[in-house]
Amino acid sequence: MNASVTEDLGTSSVTEFDVRDPDRSTQVKGFEGTIGENTLDNPKISTRNVNISYGEKQAIFDASLDIGRNEVIAMIGPSGCGKSTYLRALNRMNDTIVGCRVTGDLTIDGEPIYAHNMDPVLLRARVGMVFQKPNPFPKSIYDNIAYGPRIHGLTRTNAELDEVVVTSLQRAGLFEEVKDRLDAPGTGLSGGQQQRLCIARTIAVSPEVILMDEPCSALDPIATAIIEELIDELRANYTIVIVTHSMQQAARVSQRTAYFHLGKLIEVGETNQIFTNPRHELTENYITGKFG
Amino acid sequence: MSSNEPQITGHISKRFDQELDDIRNQVLSMGGLVETQVSNGIECLLKADSDLARRVINEDHSVNRMEVEIDEECVQILARRQPAAGDLRLIVAVTKTISDLERIGDQAAKLGKIQLELEGQGVTSSTYVKLEHLGNLVRQILHRSLDAFARMNAEDAMATIDYDAKVNDEFESLMRELITHMMEDPRTIRSALRMSWCARALERIGDHAKNICEYVVYFVLGKDVRHIDTNDRD
Repeated sequence: MNASVTEDLGTSSVTEFDVRDPDRSTQVKGFEGTIGENTLDNPKISTRNVNISYGEKQAIFDASLDIGRNEVIAMIGPSGCGKSTYLRALNRMNDTIVGCRVTGDLTIDGEPIYAHNMDPVLLRARVGMVFQKPNPFPKSIYDNIAYGPRIHGLTRTNAELDEVVVTSLQRAGLFEEVKDRLDAPGTGLSGGQQQRLCIARTIAVSPEVILMDEPCSALDPIATAIIEELIDELRANYTIVIVTHSMQQAARVSQRTAYFHLGKLIEVGETNQIFTNPRHELTENYITGKFG
Repeated sequence: MSSNEPQITGHISKRFDQELDDIRNQVLSMGGLVETQVSNGIECLLKADSDLARRVINEDHSVNRMEVEIDEECVQILARRQPAAGDLRLIVAVTKTISDLERIGDQAAKLGKIQLELEGQGVTSSTYVKLEHLGNLVRQILHRSLDAFARMNAEDAMATIDYDAKVNDEFESLMRELITHMMEDPRTIRSALRMSWCARALERIGDHAKNICEYVVYFVLGKDVRHIDTNDRD
């Protein structure tokens, strides 16, 4: 498995690092493996012993975590803890980064994410992503949504395409606000509307999983509340993995929370438990604001 | 201290540390005042001291005022700091603790009122039964629970929770004694009932002290041990 992963990423000279290297594994004082329920029965996505490095610098150390069906799982941790790196490994967004190496077993519905026959483009349709800053295409609102279904050939007629656009906008809670100006440029919308447009664009290709990397950090509290409400509704149909710096947001939207620290997955648990009674001291210190 | 106990180390916000320290200290002063009130309440009955009884009754408003003040600060922290984990458990434990302390204060004042009523009837608390032993047990359980709170020590708190059984046993035995008096001579009923209210007030103080210990366990271990049998607690 590991070998095939590195081949896929096109790295020619592979030197496997040893995660048990004492210098690396003792970076986090008192770390003796992830605390809490990091594995699940019948997970949507399963990751085992994931190591990710950028060139010489290792960003994720031996992380194992399952992501359940129709759950919202939040990844929290201080800046540089590797949570975004881990998130990006789930739909192979890291493939585009030169020198980035991912090893370990990552599967979606049991299919290896880094297998030879896994087309990254199709994978990213199944595992969609919403970024920190809304990034609508410089096209009309309609075309922003229609883009994905068109390139993936998901619709046969214009009527079908119209329907996908409308349903996606409705699910993202944006339709009522833009229904009279679908031809207007997507970039002309407000920040919160642009972010919902990006969510609608993600939904349009019928993904199974939506990855969200700080989806609300550029938004005001009202736009944030609307997105959070949307996340809760989307959970009925999708699995959502959200990286957030806002602990209150993690507490509000997620059912499970994973805490990363210096590239290690320290603790995973029910969000209720993590925010009232975390088991690891580092988790406690982070969520109570005792270190940055 | 085991690793899962919250270490009280500093927050990035020193101001927040200060606020939490202030709240803890205020609870301790409120506890100290309540302890004195209970002691005086028991003392005024044992010594049939109606002046002391009046002082206990008058001082109850100080206890009430402290409850309101600490509550207000807890609300401020909830609103402004959105505490999580150990901080959240501390605030929850404090709001519950002060509510129990206030009720203990009410019971102490009740002891004072009963002393004044007994004086009106021309009897003293020692006419029918000896309250001394129950009084001492209650003073001890209260002292131990406040001590467990001050040091946030879950083991002491657990041991003190078990101590409440002794208070209840003593209460039951006092009640049996009082009932015997009332059956033998119905003319004693009026005063004996008052004595049973005293015993009841003391027994309630024991219950509130036990509750405080349960909040200490909740803060330290994150475990809710209310309404659980001693044997099932683990």
